[in-house]
Amino acid sequence: MSETTTPVAPAPEADDRPQWHAVMREIVGGSAMISVLAVVLALVAGAVLIALTDEKVQATAGYFAARPGDLIAAVLSAISGAYVALFQGSIYDFRQTDFLAGIRPITETLTFATPLIAAGLGVGLAFRVGLFNIGGRGQMLIAAACAGWVGWSFQLPAPLHLILAILAGVVGGAVWGGIVGLLKARTGAHEVIVTIMLNFVALYLVMFLLRTPGLLQAPGTNNPISPAVLPSAVLPKLFGPEFNLHWGFIVVVAATIYVAYLLNRSSLGFKFRAVGENPNAARVAGINVKSMYVYAMLISGGLVGLAGVQQMLGTVTSGFSSGIDAGIGFDAITVALLGRSKPWGIFAAGVLFGAFKAGGFAMQASQGVPIDIVVVVQALIVLFIAAPPLIRVIFRLPTPVGHLPATRSKPGKPAPVEAPSKEAVR
Amino acid sequence: MTTVDPTVPQVTPHQLDVPQTAALPPQHNGPDAAALLETTFVRSWKAPIAFGVFTLLALILFVVFGRTGESSFRLSTDSDLIQLPLVTVAAVATSIGITIVLALISLFSFFLVATAKRVPLWLTAVFAVMFLTAFLTWAAVGATVQVPGLLVGALSLSVPLIFGALGGVISERVGVVNVAIEGQMLAGAFVSAVIASISGQVFLGLLAAMIAGALVSSVLAVFSIRYFVDQVIVGVVLNVLVVGLTSFLYSQVLQKNAEVLNTPVRFQRIDIPVLSEIPILGPLLFRQTIIVYIVYIAVFAVYWGLFKTRWGLRLRSVGEHPQAADTVGINVARTRFWNVLLAGAIAGIGGAYFTLGSVGAFNKEMTAGAGYIALAAVIFGRWDPIRATLAALLFGFATNLQSSLSIIGSPVPSEFMLMLPYVVTIFAVAGVVGRVRGPAASGKPYRKS
Repeated sequence: MSETTTPVAPAPEADDRPQWHAVMREIVGGSAMISVLAVVLALVAGAVLIALTDEKVQATAGYFAARPGDLIAAVLSAISGAYVALFQGSIYDFRQTDFLAGIRPITETLTFATPLIAAGLGVGLAFRVGLFNIGGRGQMLIAAACAGWVGWSFQLPAPLHLILAILAGVVGGAVWGGIVGLLKARTGAHEVIVTIMLNFVALYLVMFLLRTPGLLQAPGTNNPISPAVLPSAVLPKLFGPEFNLHWGFIVVVAATIYVAYLLNRSSLGFKFRAVGENPNAARVAGINVKSMYVYAMLISGGLVGLAGVQQMLGTVTSGFSSGIDAGIGFDAITVALLGRSKPWGIFAAGVLFGAFKAGGFAMQASQGVPIDIVVVVQALIVLFIAAPPLIRVIFRLPTPVGHLPATRSKPGKPAPVEAPSKEAVR
Repeated sequence: MTTVDPTVPQVTPHQLDVPQTAALPPQHNGPDAAALLETTFVRSWKAPIAFGVFTLLALILFVVFGRTGESSFRLSTDSDLIQLPLVTVAAVATSIGITIVLALISLFSFFLVATAKRVPLWLTAVFAVMFLTAFLTWAAVGATVQVPGLLVGALSLSVPLIFGALGGVISERVGVVNVAIEGQMLAGAFVSAVIASISGQVFLGLLAAMIAGALVSSVLAVFSIRYFVDQVIVGVVLNVLVVGLTSFLYSQVLQKNAEVLNTPVRFQRIDIPVLSEIPILGPLLFRQTIIVYIVYIAVFAVYWGLFKTRWGLRLRSVGEHPQAADTVGINVARTRFWNVLLAGAIAGIGGAYFTLGSVGAFNKEMTAGAGYIALAAVIFGRWDPIRATLAALLFGFATNLQSSLSIIGSPVPSEFMLMLPYVVTIFAVAGVVGRVRGPAASGKPYRKS
């Protein structure tokens, strides 16, 4: 997906207005404001859910007429308890006296954000080429298996071993994604179906490898779990052992810079975007659309694979099971959507969702609010952001100058078939 | 490999004499031949090639690496009125026999395509059934396959997929891509469990499931029709939203009051007299709960409605060419809105099948990707209700095959059996189906100008 609103020729009367007026309208009605309001709105909806399902609230609602204050107090305490815990678990824990202990939550947020950003970049890159990569789960599993296998099977000096393990994982993910691109280019198989199917294939393949002795199963165990990664292949901690944040975060920053360069500055990226905007026009312009699909899925799969590598070599170094993807492959879709498929947008969205994840666990532990509420809030954010006119209606925002109301270019979903062929037949 | 241009499927095989194949003798030279419209027919070698690959696979697996011994098939259960004898076959002989038949079918399909004819659907179905029989014989050497149990289990796994696929077909035919089948089913499962538990009325639960599915659909409809948001994105986000909502409410509310809120009454099995005594088919098709009987009606109702009624014609025209439909006075937005709601309601019944039919209580994420499989069935079935149903049955059968084979101890690791339906789908999508053509305007918002 590219632009959220299609810029059209400015309305003639726009020139008559003072300059500051247009700027104000752009700030209030523009996409940054929409994003902030979408987050606010989603948090409000989450608060309503938390209050409605709180036991104390339900109890006090029984005698609302007699003592309305009790209900209001219960509602406020439920909501504030949950959101304060969310904040303390994700940004800064002000109950800690020590500053270092206080900022621990924000490093947790970045740790959770690291694989989300990597996978989000992969899904977002595919979006820009007009491909929908739902295969994050499979690509992550294969990548984790490859990286892990290199990580525990070879005895190599530290930096070389780590680099090889990362490369192995990225290549594994790229191959798993590349299959999709190749099938789409060669046979026209719909990438949505193929990625969904490959998720299951990868899951069962990894499950088989993990429970078969001599393949990926740890020696001396009957559980479907792999051996631990050797210390030489583990991503080192960034700020010492008391913080979980590892070098994978730096790798992800580098990946973001790379994707930003690739999409905005390189010739390949230009071709990618051209295919994403209009495959037929791109073909007429002499771009080999089919090979673009293959390249895009290779890079996309590699980036998603990087997320699997970070899970394997950074977060779960003690050996992995088939649940290592932890839903990141699917979360990445929402991250890419929230980031509007732009590299730095995805980075920010990944950090936000990482914060929700880190805070969600803290909220579940201290307040007993199930972490699933975080999923609801995330989904609502994306839903609201996807429909700017809706937000404008709810908050009565002005429509920005130069934007038609309710005009949103179709994000890079390719037409399922080559359009001209059917036109030619008619 | 050439591709079929799927825009000409209505042309019957004998009309397919085309300029390109002019060297071939014309199929019929009747007096009306000149009056026929000239149509192009691009030969598709995909089906013969796929048949050939599977025949080769059968040859290698079942004959070259064949297993000696005998396989038995139990065709009736003890409670049946008519008892069928236990069928025991020699594995090697059966495998060789079936492989020869498979090879003949492949050759016949090569011949069909070479003479510019289409490979009919029934031939593919026969091929699939033969291949599966050979596979079962090979896998079950020295053991007994409980055929009724295998088929009943397969149907039970297929029913929600069929409902989901029907919802997908209606929605996509009207021009709205329905990725939210999973969400519609999960919402249906959740709400039907709660309502059926509270009210004690199973039909009230079913109705609530339909309403819940339609509600999820209405979000999809409003966002895609009113706000022109990309339909795939809304669908994916809706799935996430419903998973989050139901999981949250399950942990927060349902688990704490399970006796009141999560012990729904379930549909009772209804035996249809006489019909249920037919060997094999009777217990499979006519000793089921009412929700399975609804699926029979629904498949044919959707097929008949789509292709034989005014409603279906309007629905398809909106999905194929909304501007033309608008020109003749069909309200595109309204047609899309109500049919997407209907699609959600049908998918919602599929969700109710989990809680009121098979499992009997709601669980977190209990649909477990069934909605995505149903979506695959829609595309595999080329947006046709009957074909999509067949695809759903195939997926259900393959999934159940794994559990049946793990009981009798198959030589294949169970993970590979579980993988099978997905691998077959990839092959099918890449090989047989290929560049499928969905409804032309599916996924495209319609802006009246």
